Amino acid sequence: MSEVRVLVGTRKGAFVLRSDEGRKDWTVEGPLFPGWEIYHIAASPADPDRLYASQSSGWFGQVIQRSDDGGKTWEAVGNEFAYDGTPGTHQWYDGTQHPWEFKRVWHLEPSPTDPDSVYAGVEDAALFHSGDGGRTWRELPGLRSAKGNLWQPGAGGMCLHTILLSADDPKRIFVAISAAGAFRTDDGGVTWRPINQGLRSDFELPDATAEVGHCVHSIALHPSRPNTLFMQKHWDVMRSDNAGDLWHEVSGNLPSDFGFPIAVHAHEPETIYVVPITSDSYHYPPDGKLRVYRSRAGGNEWEALTDGLPQSNCYVNILRNAMAVDSLASCGVYFGTSGGQVYVSADSGDHWTAIVHDLPPVLSVEVQVLP
Amino acid sequence: MIRVTLPTHLRTLAQVSGPVLLQVEEPVTQQTILDALEAAYPMLRGTIRDTASRERRPFIRFFACGEDLSHEPTDAPVLSAVAEGKEPFRIIGAMAGG
Repeated sequence: MSEVRVLVGTRKGAFVLRSDEGRKDWTVEGPLFPGWEIYHIAASPADPDRLYASQSSGWFGQVIQRSDDGGKTWEAVGNEFAYDGTPGTHQWYDGTQHPWEFKRVWHLEPSPTDPDSVYAGVEDAALFHSGDGGRTWRELPGLRSAKGNLWQPGAGGMCLHTILLSADDPKRIFVAISAAGAFRTDDGGVTWRPINQGLRSDFELPDATAEVGHCVHSIALHPSRPNTLFMQKHWDVMRSDNAGDLWHEVSGNLPSDFGFPIAVHAHEPETIYVVPITSDSYHYPPDGKLRVYRSRAGGNEWEALTDGLPQSNCYVNILRNAMAVDSLASCGVYFGTSGGQVYVSADSGDHWTAIVHDLPPVLSVEVQVLP
Repeated sequence: MIRVTLPTHLRTLAQVSGPVLLQVEEPVTQQTILDALEAAYPMLRGTIRDTASRERRPFIRFFACGEDLSHEPTDAPVLSAVAEGKEPFRIIGAMAGG
């Protein structure tokens, strides 16, 4: 029977949640790295026992941890994230230019084929790569050449928070940055271009359709549809069917199209999930009801999934890296909240249960299915 | 031997339970102490001082013999009691937050 392993990053450490494919009974391990912020833990698809964790602290800076035995033991590896050449400047909150300064790693994305190859999305926004299991890191500076001087921090900082590696083309990578937008490379990261046409940011940007500057909260794709992207923007849920060349809105009947994560069902490439949040001023669900919304039509037509989720007095948030799906035949959907709950649905979102209720605020959720 | 005490989180990271003992070549300065510390415990690189500028991180302080040495020149000899191993060189996580 398969084992399911959920990797949870929180404000005060990491937790590993384990179950079998029934996903009913769970064990909770942790906290790992207690007291440290764990922005992300990710597993290598090429070696499920190879894990990477981003461990950071306002006092002690950034540490990258690596495990080669599925999380039993960890080793601190390289934490030197030096921008290539002269870092230059980006736009600051007040419109002035501000020097690029490394703050933390938001997202780690291991290669699908090589356990030693891993990408890191960092704040201030840039993309780094390690080819030696995290011991050394090298920036892919072409990304910041894509009008980086016009990028600006969102409320959470200027972070590169999403990295999508293409399943069919090793030279194609998508990234998303708050508040710069989405970007794509087709040459392995040498050159990049903004892919934000079709986005509208009427309340956030002087030019609502600017080439860069959009506050993209998350993007997702299904491996079988490498040109179809879904996006949760600050406001608006968006879709592109041409690898980001042009986006159109699919918010449809959502009660709010503000939110953070977006996910795609493991086996149904037109089934997607979001968690509507009231607004950018009220980072909690509308009406105090925690509802995941599912569209089986690739957007526009959404249904509320509520069974097992609190439907009164719920005022948590769900952050952009805190939702994941597993690959079991009955697709599991997982998300973590700012209130420390981690919810699971073992039936594509129809029914939900809380695996844990009282962890520290959850920053990220990833899931593995082990043979 | 120079004695260095670390804040809790860095003791955990370095996998030590008490003061760290270091052999440091003379002259003993903040810089040479930290160089020796990072050589012996590479996982601490970047957690006490910036990896590029090698400046003390903002919320890290250095104390010895009841004195705050955080703003002393990093290449100046440390107090003799520290250099002689009689008193520890204390690395402290500053109180911050609420």
